[in-house]
Amino acid sequence: MDLGISALNYVSGIKNNEFTVEEFISKSLERINEVDKNLHAFLRINDSAIKNAKEIDAKIKSNQNVGKCYGMPISIKDNICIEGSKTTCASKVLENFIAPHTSTVVSRLHSEDSIIIGKTNMDEFAMGLSTEFSAYGPSKNPWNTDCVPGGSSGGSGVSVAANECIASLGSDTGGSIRNPASFCSVVGLKPTYGLVSRYGLVSYANSIEQIGPMTKTVEDSAFLLNIISGIDSNDNTTIENKNQDYLSNIDAGISGKKIGIVTEMTNSDGLSADVLDATNDATKTFEKLGANCEQVSLQTVPYTVAAYYTITSTEAGSNLARYDNVRYGYEMDSSGFEFNSYISQARSKFGPEVIRRMILGGFVPSAGHAGKYFLKALKVKSKLITEIKHVFEKFDFLISPTVPIQPFKFDEKINDPVSFMMVDINTVTANLTGIPAISVPYKITNGLPIGIQIMANHLEENSLLQAAYALEKTVDLPEVSI
Amino acid sequence: MTKIGLEIHCQLTKLESKLFCSCKANYREFQPNTNICPVCMGIPGSLPLLNKSAVEKATLIAMALDCNTPSKIAFFRKNYFYPDLPKNFQITQLNAYGNTSIGWEGKILVGDAKIRIRRIQLEEDPGRIIYEGATEKTKLTLVDYNRAGTPLVEIVTEPDFENPHQVREFLIILSDLLENLNVSDPGLEGAMRADANVSIEGGSKVEIKNIGSFHDLEKAVHFEITRQQSLAEREIEIVQETRHWDDGRKITVSARTKEEEAEYRYHLEADIPWIRINDDTKNQLQVHMPESISSKKERYVSKYGITPQVAGILSSDRYFSELFENAKNETNAKDVANMITTDIMGLLDTREKRDSSKLNAEHLSALIESIKSSKITRTSAKLALDEIIKNGKPLQQIIDSLDLGHVSDEGELTNVITQILKEEAKAVEDAKQNPEIVNFLVGKVMQKTQGKADPELTLTLLKKSLGIG
Repeated sequence: MDLGISALNYVSGIKNNEFTVEEFISKSLERINEVDKNLHAFLRINDSAIKNAKEIDAKIKSNQNVGKCYGMPISIKDNICIEGSKTTCASKVLENFIAPHTSTVVSRLHSEDSIIIGKTNMDEFAMGLSTEFSAYGPSKNPWNTDCVPGGSSGGSGVSVAANECIASLGSDTGGSIRNPASFCSVVGLKPTYGLVSRYGLVSYANSIEQIGPMTKTVEDSAFLLNIISGIDSNDNTTIENKNQDYLSNIDAGISGKKIGIVTEMTNSDGLSADVLDATNDATKTFEKLGANCEQVSLQTVPYTVAAYYTITSTEAGSNLARYDNVRYGYEMDSSGFEFNSYISQARSKFGPEVIRRMILGGFVPSAGHAGKYFLKALKVKSKLITEIKHVFEKFDFLISPTVPIQPFKFDEKINDPVSFMMVDINTVTANLTGIPAISVPYKITNGLPIGIQIMANHLEENSLLQAAYALEKTVDLPEVSI
Repeated sequence: MTKIGLEIHCQLTKLESKLFCSCKANYREFQPNTNICPVCMGIPGSLPLLNKSAVEKATLIAMALDCNTPSKIAFFRKNYFYPDLPKNFQITQLNAYGNTSIGWEGKILVGDAKIRIRRIQLEEDPGRIIYEGATEKTKLTLVDYNRAGTPLVEIVTEPDFENPHQVREFLIILSDLLENLNVSDPGLEGAMRADANVSIEGGSKVEIKNIGSFHDLEKAVHFEITRQQSLAEREIEIVQETRHWDDGRKITVSARTKEEEAEYRYHLEADIPWIRINDDTKNQLQVHMPESISSKKERYVSKYGITPQVAGILSSDRYFSELFENAKNETNAKDVANMITTDIMGLLDTREKRDSSKLNAEHLSALIESIKSSKITRTSAKLALDEIIKNGKPLQQIIDSLDLGHVSDEGELTNVITQILKEEAKAVEDAKQNPEIVNFLVGKVMQKTQGKADPELTLTLLKKSLGIG
C-alpha cells in the first residue's frame, strides 16, 4: 500500500477495494509512529482513529451513504478547534484548553467521512515561519531534518510531505500555509478572505487570515476546497461560494491567459539565485503552456512587510488579550495575586515571538503612535488594494517565488527578527488584499524544495487552480526519502 | 458658566438576545454565570454574530433623537484589561475615522433649552463585578458574566446642561422616550446608567462615574458643582480628573487611577462586516416608529377633548397610554382617560403591581360602559377594578360574585326605569291603554339590570311612574 497517494487516488483505491479504511489508517498510524519522533509534525494523535475507520468500513460494506472522503486521514493545525479535545495553538498558555465547539471546516470534513488523524505543530499562535516558536519544540523538514519546514503551519506541511496523512488544513495569516508548502514541497492554498469559515479557528489577525488546504496535488486542494468553502451562519464574514465544483474544469489550461511576474517579488534583497532561476524557469513553462507573461510592478510591495507586522501585531494584541488564565488555560495558583499582577504572571508563559508581538501590538496602535505606525500601515494596505485591483484589470494571474529563499537551518534566522520577517515579503500581499494565492511545488535544488506562488483576483479560485494544475503537470519531482 | 454633559448607557431590554450571541438579553433571572456561551465568554475560536434587531432598535433611538444616521455602520474594539471583560476588549463604536456609529448630532428639547446629542453608539455591556464586603477590605472579587454582551446604547450629550434640575428633566424625558419607543424598560434595575462631566467657569472638566441611579445622578452633579465652587472661592485649582460617586457618603471621591490616560488601542472589529442601513430600511423604521409622546398628547387633547394635564400624564407613560389606546372608542375616551389617571395609576403605582395586574383593555371599556349605562355605580366600579386587577375575571362575573349589580335600591331602580320609559315612549303610551304592556316594561328593566332588579319593586315603581294602579 502506498501511503503517498493523493486524496483522489485514495478515494478510488477504497472504491476499488484495493484497501480498507482501517488498513490505510493503521498504516498511517504506523508511519506516524515511525517517523514523527524525528519530524514532530504532530502534537497529538486522534486515539479513536481506528474506531472511526472501522465505522466507515462498516458503512461502505453495508452500502450505506458514505461521505466523499471515505475515511481519508487528514491532519488539522492545532489552532483549529474540535469539540472535547485540546487546542493548544502550540502554546503553554493553552496547555489545558479543551474546545467546547467544533470548527466549521472540521464539521464539514466530518460530515464527508474524513478521519482527523491528529493535530499538527505550528509556531505559537501562528506567529512565525519556521515552527521554531512552537512551545513544544519545532517540526523538522523531511527533505533535510537540519532545516526548518517553514511555518507557521509547519507541522501540517511535514505531515503531508512525509506521508503521515493524505492532506492537512492549515491557516494562513501572512503565508503560513504557502510558506511551509513551499518548504516541504506540497501544494498550499490560501483562499479568498471569507470563502472559508473561520469559526473555530483561534484568531491571530482576524481581518486577513484564512484556513486552507495543504495537499499532495492541486486536484486535492480543489477537492478539499469543495468541501470546506462556502457561507457559514457561524461566521458573519463568510461569502457565498458561487462555484460549486473546483475540480470539474481543473484541466482547462491557461492558454491565452495573461500572467504578471511581480517585479518587487523577484528583485528583493534577500532573493536567492536558485529561487530566481526556478522562477524564471517557471515563467518559461507558463509561456510554453500558452500564457503571455510579462513583468508587472506593484510599487507598494516593499512596504507590505512593515504594514503586515504593524496590522497583525495590533490585532494580535487584541485577540490574545483574552488569555488571562482566568476562565481556562493552564494550572496556576492564584493565591497572593490581585487581578493585574495575576494576569501579568499568567501571560509570562507566552513564548518570545508572541511577547514581541504583544509589545509591538501595544505600541503601534497606541494614542501617541497610531498616526505614525498603525494608521500608516492601514494606508499601505488600502494603497496595495487599489494597486492589485488595477493590475487584475489587465492580468489573470500574478506569479512570484512563494518564498525568496529555500528552507534554512534551525537557529539560522531566529536571532535576526527583521530579516526573518522579510521572508514573508512575497506572501503577505494576498493576505493584505484578501485575494487567493497558491504555492505549487516546482523544483528540488540542492535537495531542498522551491515553490512557485500564483495569485488571482478575488474569488477566482477556479482559474487559480487551473493555472496551478497546468504548472504542476509539467513537473516531475522526486519523492521525499524518509 | 457651569457646564454639564452626560453619558447615558441604556440597555435594549426589549430584545430577545444579546448583541453577538443567542444568550438572553434579559439576564436578570439567571443564577450567576448560567446565561453565557462561548461567544459572550470570548472562548478561543468563537466569533461574534451581530443581532440585527439591536441595530434597528438603536437606529430607532437615533432617529427619535433627531440624529444623523450613517449609511454604513462599523464596530470597533476598545482594548483594556478588566475582570468583567471576558475578551479583555469591548466591541463598541467610534466616530474618529468617519461617522459610522448608530447616530450623531441629535437633540432633545428640555423646556426651552436644547440639549445637543453628540453621538449614539451601540456596544456590549460587560459582566458584573461583585466585591465581597467593603471595597477597601475585600478579599474576593466575584464576576458574573450573565450580563456580558447585553446590547447597550450609549448616548453622549454635549455639555449643554446648566444645572442639576435640567439634568433631571432631561433624564425623565429621555427615559419616557426610550420606554415609548419600546426599546427599553428604564425602570429595570441597571437598565439605565449614567456618567456626568461637570465644569464651572474657569475650571477643568471633572468626570463623575459609578453613579447607581438617576436620582443619585442629580445629587452627584449638585455635589460636584458645590465642591468645585467652594474650591474656586478659596482659589484652589480644580484639576481635571475622574471622580467616583460614593453612594454611602453621597459625595464624589477622586479616583485613584488616572482614567483619562487610559489607552484603548481602538481598531476595527473585522469579525463583523460593515452593516449597510439603506434608505428603505430607514423609511421602514420611520413608518413603524411609535408615535412620539408630544404628538400623542396633542392628539388626546384635540381629538378626545381630554384636558392637557391628563393627556400629558397619560401620553408620557407607555403602559397606561397603551391601555388607553386599546380601551377607548369614539364615545368613552374621556372617561377611560380619567379612570386611568384617577383610579388605575394609583392602584398600579409600581412595576411589580403592573407586572402582576390582570387588568386589560376590555375590562376597562366594559367598566366604563357599565357606569355609563348605570349598571354599576362609580363606587362599585372601584371595587370591581380591585378585583379585576387581582384575578382578571370578566367584569360580569365580578359584578355577579361581588353582587355589585344587584339593584334593590329604590333610587337606582328609579333611574333605570326613567331611562326605560324614555327609550320605550310608544310602550308607555300603550301601557296606559293596556295594563298588560307593563309586563313588557318590567322585562326591559330586568334586561337592563341583567336580572338583578327586584321584580315586585320594579312593578310597583313602574306603575307609580306610569300613574296607573
